[in-house]
Amino acid sequence: MSDLRDLYQEVIFDHYKKPHNYHALAEANHVAHGHNRLCGDQLTVYLRLEGDVIADLSFEGNGCAISTASASLMTEALKGRKLDEAEQLFQDFHHMVTHADAEPDPALGKLEVLAGVREFPARVKCATLAWHTLQAALKDRAEPVSTE
Amino acid sequence: MKMESEILGRPGHAENDVWRWRRDFPVLRETVHGKPLVYLDNAATTQKPQSVIDAEAAFYSRINANVHRGVHALSQYATDEYEAARDKVRRFINAADAREIIFVRGTTEAINLVAQSHARPRLTQDDNIIVSAMEHHSNIVPWQMVCAQTGAELRVAPVNDAGELDLDMFAKLVGPGTRLVALTHLSNALGSITPAARIVEIAHAHGVPVLLDGAQAIAHLGVDVRALDCDFYAFSGHKICGPTGIGVLYGKAALLDAMPPYQVGGDMIRSVTFGETQYNDLPYKFEAGTPNIAGAIGLGAALDYVSAIGLETIAAHERDLLDHATGLANGIEGLRIIGTARHKAGVLSFTLDGVHPHDIGTILDHDGVAIRTGHHCAMPLMQRFGIAGTARASFSFYNTRAEVDALIAGLAKVQEMFQR
Repeated sequence: MSDLRDLYQEVIFDHYKKPHNYHALAEANHVAHGHNRLCGDQLTVYLRLEGDVIADLSFEGNGCAISTASASLMTEALKGRKLDEAEQLFQDFHHMVTHADAEPDPALGKLEVLAGVREFPARVKCATLAWHTLQAALKDRAEPVSTE
Repeated sequence: MKMESEILGRPGHAENDVWRWRRDFPVLRETVHGKPLVYLDNAATTQKPQSVIDAEAAFYSRINANVHRGVHALSQYATDEYEAARDKVRRFINAADAREIIFVRGTTEAINLVAQSHARPRLTQDDNIIVSAMEHHSNIVPWQMVCAQTGAELRVAPVNDAGELDLDMFAKLVGPGTRLVALTHLSNALGSITPAARIVEIAHAHGVPVLLDGAQAIAHLGVDVRALDCDFYAFSGHKICGPTGIGVLYGKAALLDAMPPYQVGGDMIRSVTFGETQYNDLPYKFEAGTPNIAGAIGLGAALDYVSAIGLETIAAHERDLLDHATGLANGIEGLRIIGTARHKAGVLSFTLDGVHPHDIGTILDHDGVAIRTGHHCAMPLMQRFGIAGTARASFSFYNTRAEVDALIAGLAKVQEMFQR
């Protein structure tokens, strides 16, 4: 049986109560809005790309502990990364939260606190909303992206 | 071992009835995450008694055939059962005539039918339709669509901070251009009971027909369409212990007669040539194609089941559950009840400071307590209250005080986790 504490780890609460990089970004050159249709949560991801490097990254919005912590951790993990590294990290992250048999992946670093999400299929969308929104920002999609 | 009455928290015979009713619902014996299921998501859908499950199975096992078509015996049996179900619906809502009972897929289809067949041909850009701020999306979007098609205006009657319809403001919105009033009878997100008879009276004084969205009300209030004098009444079978995929549109015969068909095809015609088609009489004019025969029969069985208990008994027990839940919820620091109307039924909607409803839902689910979280398909209402969503416990007659206590204990656990 899945344990609630696997999902709601201390680090998750820390990032929920005091999310990092939680502000608009005046110098952003890419922005996208994300929307979780299931719960109505909204999220905005701001991104300043210099060449193929994510120079700065932030978010704003209103979400549950999982989506807020995931967004906060994502902004931390991706600052200063190259786009292809960011894409690889998203693939690894997505694999971790959707595969029960996923092996621990050192590349994920702090993002591993979200591994417990895979025991709660209804919450995978919460954990991936920020990442989907980031992808939309990179493509400069005008329409809000949803997790559907 | 505790006595049942002790678990329920008060003495008397009514609690024994609840435990007897519970035995009729197989799913209530299920466990979730190793805990007994505490099903408090009845506004989303209700559980099914064995008699409903059996009625559907019996149809498929013994009399499956198409209706209104064959000369063979099974077709006749199927037709008889299907039409008997229609008459059960008629009796349940006290309609004058079974021709006024249209079987549809659910409340959503019923409202779309009225929007497209009744409203659309009558609307011009000088006209308007009135809804309220506490409608479910299914009683907003069909009207938005028909307004977009015709240029008509969609007017929204406000609700006050308690989640009650502002009747004075509503009355002011009704004018010479108003063609229809479409209001909920019981709000799914707040539990507010609207003053339906008074709404109808005000609208009728202006010659305006009224559609009541009875998706929630049907299972909690005794619905008498003739006493209400409403022109249309829509509800879904699955919200009153019936199957999914079957619902009802009640309409006054004169109005239905004047409406063109919503969908066209088989069974709804009298004669067809390539030059001309003559439509069938009510109610068949609105039932194109093979209907959900088993669903209708299952709904009939559900109405039999509920009627045998009685809506008054049900309402009294649910009132007790809601009072018990409201009293305990008010004792929780940081909990805000959304929807505090004087007339309420079945729903406890709330927010908890510092905790998103989604997290409340996951943690409660872990203890087997099923509630709904989010905007409850009423996003404009959430905007009215300045919130993204709520956690919602919704009750049925088969719920117990002990289940309410499990909900409250779960909320204490939520707060404990989030206040570390």
